[in-house]
Amino acid sequence: MGAHHDTHDHGHSAGSHDHGSHASYIKGFILSVILTALPFGLVMAGGFENRLLTVALIVGFAVVQILIHMVYFLHMTAKHEEGWTLMSTLFTLIVVVIMLAGSIWVMYHMNTNMMPKMNHEALQGFGS
Amino acid sequence: MSVFSPANPAALYAENNPEAVAKYWDQSEHHPEEGASTPLGFWVYLMSDCLMFAVLFAVYGVLGTSYAAGPGPKALFDLNLVAINTAMLLFSSITFGFAMLAMYAGQKGKTLGWLFVTLLFGLAFLGIELYEFYHLIQEGAGPGRSAFLSSFFVLVGTHGLHVTFGSIWLITLMVQLAQKGITVANIRRMNCLSMFWHFLDVIWIGVFTFVYLLGMI
Repeated sequence: MGAHHDTHDHGHSAGSHDHGSHASYIKGFILSVILTALPFGLVMAGGFENRLLTVALIVGFAVVQILIHMVYFLHMTAKHEEGWTLMSTLFTLIVVVIMLAGSIWVMYHMNTNMMPKMNHEALQGFGS
Repeated sequence: MSVFSPANPAALYAENNPEAVAKYWDQSEHHPEEGASTPLGFWVYLMSDCLMFAVLFAVYGVLGTSYAAGPGPKALFDLNLVAINTAMLLFSSITFGFAMLAMYAGQKGKTLGWLFVTLLFGLAFLGIELYEFYHLIQEGAGPGRSAFLSSFFVLVGTHGLHVTFGSIWLITLMVQLAQKGITVANIRRMNCLSMFWHFLDVIWIGVFTFVYLLGMI
């Protein structure tokens, strides 16, 4: 344990104190395995009648698992680097949400409003 | 701010007193430890990388259903293979965690051992992914087949390239650790690679959820 504190004091830069323990890594790992196995099992079993419910559950599992990874593997806390890690992450998250939701929304409407329904049979032979 | 803080810094310049000027702007005191800002800087790089992946996800979201009368996800993807791949990456995440813990405990041999196990899992992941790509192309479902397959290959391929470079970085660090031991610089590098590696696992959660699982429903 003495060696642990030695390397910690000399080698570790200010602001990142927490680097987890075997227990926290194993806890994160077990939670991740569960959160991976559930959606895989759900889809492999064919999913629920209600497609929307299946989609919502699978996306929900993914979001929770990402949070688990952030906490147990990346050791993110609000105090890390005086909060700048969290701030930059939240900023990225906002941009990502705007970009993803915006792209899919705009392009979906472009498709439905601009494009006549494609007839693939009739298009065979054109341009390919 | 130090105790020394006059109301008007211009006065210090006028006095031609560089030491006082430096003190006023807090330049000489509290020098951050060398490399102290590296983890935050690297995190910001990862966030920019995250934005790049977000763009690729958005492209896949828009083009993912444009099959051009070609095969769709249900005809192409093998969920068992994806599950094995996901397990490889998840195992590599925890073994990297153990490598970090061994490093903080000052055990060089153990650190190298766990890093080697991590490398094996990373290479297994890449091997399975290349096998999948090879089969898709063999079946005539290469990146040129449809917009869906183009965006699929770009998104999953970019993640695979990241894992490839992560593995090269891992080998480089293993050599450095073996030669120089657990030095301050090596701990800093290990910290960065640890973030990179776990970050790739987080991106993979998005890939298997949005590309494979949602495609198979």
